[in-house]
Amino acid sequence: MTPDREALFRYALRLGDDSLVLGQRLGEWCGHAPTLEVDLALANLALDLIGQATHLLGYAGEVEGAGRDGDKLAFHRDVLDYANCLLVEQPNGDFARTIARQFLFSLWRKGLFEGLCDSTDATLAGVAKKAVKETRYHLRFASEWMVRLGDGTQESRERVIEGLDWCWRFVDELFEADEVTRALVAAGVTPDPAGLRAAFDAELDAVLAEATLQRPAARRATVGGRAGRHSEHLGHLLAEMQFLPRAYPGAVW
Amino acid sequence: MSATSTATLDRAARIRAILAAVPDPEIPAVSVMDLGIVRDIDSEGRSVVVTPTYTGCPATAVIERSIREALSAAGLDDVRLISRLDPPWTTDWITAAGRAKLLAYGIAPPPASSRLREEAPACPRCGSLATEEVSAFGSTPCKALWRCRDCAEPFDRFKCH
Repeated sequence: MTPDREALFRYALRLGDDSLVLGQRLGEWCGHAPTLEVDLALANLALDLIGQATHLLGYAGEVEGAGRDGDKLAFHRDVLDYANCLLVEQPNGDFARTIARQFLFSLWRKGLFEGLCDSTDATLAGVAKKAVKETRYHLRFASEWMVRLGDGTQESRERVIEGLDWCWRFVDELFEADEVTRALVAAGVTPDPAGLRAAFDAELDAVLAEATLQRPAARRATVGGRAGRHSEHLGHLLAEMQFLPRAYPGAVW
Repeated sequence: MSATSTATLDRAARIRAILAAVPDPEIPAVSVMDLGIVRDIDSEGRSVVVTPTYTGCPATAVIERSIREALSAAGLDDVRLISRLDPPWTTDWITAAGRAKLLAYGIAPPPASSRLREEAPACPRCGSLATEEVSAFGSTPCKALWRCRDCAEPFDRFKCH
């Protein structure tokens, strides 16, 4: 692979892993959510994310050109080869923490996909144009719940404050640049990650204000997911997700 | 018109008629043509371009298989099926006939233009405009759950996309 292709492969992998891991996490709520409507909603979010992962990992495999398709990348890679951000692999916690994580993720993702709609890479642009519509819908859902929880009862308020505080340390990683993004920004493939921060902050503050919440106190960022340095939680998630194709190689429906 | 061009025209028209009878697996009242899933049939009837509706819709694979089977059953094994993502599918592509069928089936169709996404739908049972959203997500990726405040019936609304 040329350096350009290598960067594109790694980038598509990151985006695909973000979608896949969060989709899998949200799937854990299936049958356990507070109400039937929320159960359906979280499962629907998961489905959209796994659909995105199918496109993105499929494309990563195509760019790599080593015969790995989306399934191979999803089910036959170990934890150190996963390149998702740390935010998405965090355990669901309670409903409020799940909502805080979804809110932060969808808000970042919306800005990113809006930028990717103008990508010089036609495939990424195509996926982004499709996914941005779903991501806006996810953001609307998560924002409404942020407001409902934050401006709700004392209990819901305490929980969402705690949830947001837990997730906050993983936000800086979303806007981090490295050799992969720098190469792609120069080629017009992706927007500059740091350039997405101002719009993110503005919309974040607007929703938090409506929810009568404040930004958590600044703390040292936890990073490393893009380079394969993950929390212990991801390995457990993958063990469950990858069990069937690993135990029964080549299994089909 | 020469015999050949009549034959090719017939072929595209035949494909159109066949696909108009291929139902959506989740909402069998409407066809893949009604929903705008079939984006293009080339004038010679050699290829069909389809587009997925929602990224994660599990019906996408079933839809492609149904199209393939319907074409094969009509002896049209050699039609190429092309999947295209961009520009992304929108509910604006659902035909007027498709909207009428959705309504008759009990599903509030999406507004005629996605610019009208904030407008509340009329209740598919009693026609009242006093309706409210119960949940932004429903039983399939394409639907949200609504309720009529007049007749008190819950109903599905096709999401504006």
